[in-house]
Amino acid sequence: MAADERGERVFKLIAQRLGLGLLTLVGASMIIFAGTEILPGDLASALLQNNATEENLATMRKELGLDRPAVVRYGEWFGSALKGELGRSLATERPVIDDLAPRLRNTLFLAIYAAAIAVPLAIALGLMAAIWQGSTFDRMVNLVTLMTISIPEYLVGYLLVKYLSVRLGWLPTLSNVTPDTTLGDRLFLTILPVATLVLVVVAHMMRMTRASVLAIMASPYIEMAFLKGIPKWQVVVRHAFPNALAPVINVVALNLAYLIIGVVVVEAVFVYPGLGQLMVDAVSKHDVPVVQACGLLFASTFILLNLIADICGILANPRLRHPR
Amino acid sequence: MPRLFGHRLSIPAAIGLAIIALNLGAALFAPWIAPYDQADIVGDAWDDPSLAHPLGLDNLGRDLLTRLLFGARMSIGLSLLITSTSFTIGIVTGFTAAVCKGWVDMALSRAVDLMLSMPTLIFAFIVLSVLGTDLPVLIITLACLDSTRVFRLSRALAMGIAALEYVEVAKLRGEGLGWIIAREILPAARAPLIAEFGLRFSFAFLFVAALSFLGLGVQPPDADWGSMVRDYRDMINLDLAAPLWPAGAIALLTVGVNFVVDWLLSIQSRTHGENA
Repeated sequence: MAADERGERVFKLIAQRLGLGLLTLVGASMIIFAGTEILPGDLASALLQNNATEENLATMRKELGLDRPAVVRYGEWFGSALKGELGRSLATERPVIDDLAPRLRNTLFLAIYAAAIAVPLAIALGLMAAIWQGSTFDRMVNLVTLMTISIPEYLVGYLLVKYLSVRLGWLPTLSNVTPDTTLGDRLFLTILPVATLVLVVVAHMMRMTRASVLAIMASPYIEMAFLKGIPKWQVVVRHAFPNALAPVINVVALNLAYLIIGVVVVEAVFVYPGLGQLMVDAVSKHDVPVVQACGLLFASTFILLNLIADICGILANPRLRHPR
Repeated sequence: MPRLFGHRLSIPAAIGLAIIALNLGAALFAPWIAPYDQADIVGDAWDDPSLAHPLGLDNLGRDLLTRLLFGARMSIGLSLLITSTSFTIGIVTGFTAAVCKGWVDMALSRAVDLMLSMPTLIFAFIVLSVLGTDLPVLIITLACLDSTRVFRLSRALAMGIAALEYVEVAKLRGEGLGWIIAREILPAARAPLIAEFGLRFSFAFLFVAALSFLGLGVQPPDADWGSMVRDYRDMINLDLAAPLWPAGAIALLTVGVNFVVDWLLSIQSRTHGENA
């Protein structure tokens, strides 16, 4: 019976988070819509550019349905976006979804590939730094990660290109994958962008893992464990880490969200046909439907990752399951 | 080691300060220390480094060192402008929310939560896709986006300070909102805000550079370090170091600022420890 009650409480907490996440998504979609539709310089003037006389503008607005109230247009846009209908690109006049789908797949491939390497590496390094707190290893890692955090992705990327591909010729400089590229080739072509992402993300994740473990290490029950004579690595791994898991999961999710954004710059460095490149192109061409669609996708991924972090945090932390 | 704010400088902090001074010097005195004018074409494109041109020439035959020095003006000036604007907006709204409480606080906090629910880069893309990438648009957009983080911090700081007796006294004395923000709360919140300024500056600096690198920031004929990386990027395939100079300059300044911020945060936690 107690288990039932607990299950119910967890369920309620999770349902609350889900509701909040959904609300945030709607809010974000409103911002995206408002940002592109209500700001001065609408779709019609973007399309007409130099031919934007009053008369032309009025006709164009009518044609595009821009003379109707913004609320109605928002409802239509969001409704069809939920069904996967994202309109047509202004530049290519093709349905946005046709360009979006393969690029989304490419970007997700890159992000998952990088995360699969970065997450275990960062957690291991963070735990090691926490176990040997104050040692030379800890201080070295602190200094190195402080520097890697400050280094922009393109410097890391170009340094890797200069030495690993141009000088040594081991790896390709560009990651020009096509839909026909096999998985093996894909994994090989994307080694450099993945390495760049891993280097940048590991520093953040590792520092925050270390900080959350050390915060737990200051609590009395850890001192008790030490007094019982348990070796330090065992205290960290068995006693501190389970309680640090919730903040660490949070850190991982935050950094994965960062990974999704960092991908935009890395894609540009390696001319990788992903979602980021599509969005950057669309922004410079004022291709509003594509910008909206990409923005909505990036924002929902970001919100989804935060939501997953929240829910995993609840599941991982017994104290969150028992409020009071 | 010399002292600053009554504390001994750590070695990384001293290095960081030296890097910041070097960069500010380059930005301020670029026209006087640069060997050539930034638009001067002094030789063939991509000429190798020589005594007259220590870093070589760029895609149009301009001196790379000169371009780098003038680029410092654009990069650092732009980021300082963005950070100061974002701080002004963030501190005023954050302190107002903390002092007024009630519906003002509610409205401002929810609006900020909503803005923070979306990645900053994506938000910036959406605004820039409609408004274009003129410098004033760039500055105001990035300042508004960045001010959300300043709002969070200054609201939290002011919440603690506004509960202290001397602020209550000022309120009872009948002082206005402006006085309470500027004369009662701001002096007490100075130390953490300085550290935050460093953090926000390096964020704005990297952000502008990234936008320029993507071709959505500073537009030609103006050039900052980010757009220089973009202009020179193909040369990496010919094993030239050209794009690495501006990219390295960006990294160097950010590392310097982070070293100083790290030290500022560590002395703050130390003084708090002593008081407690």
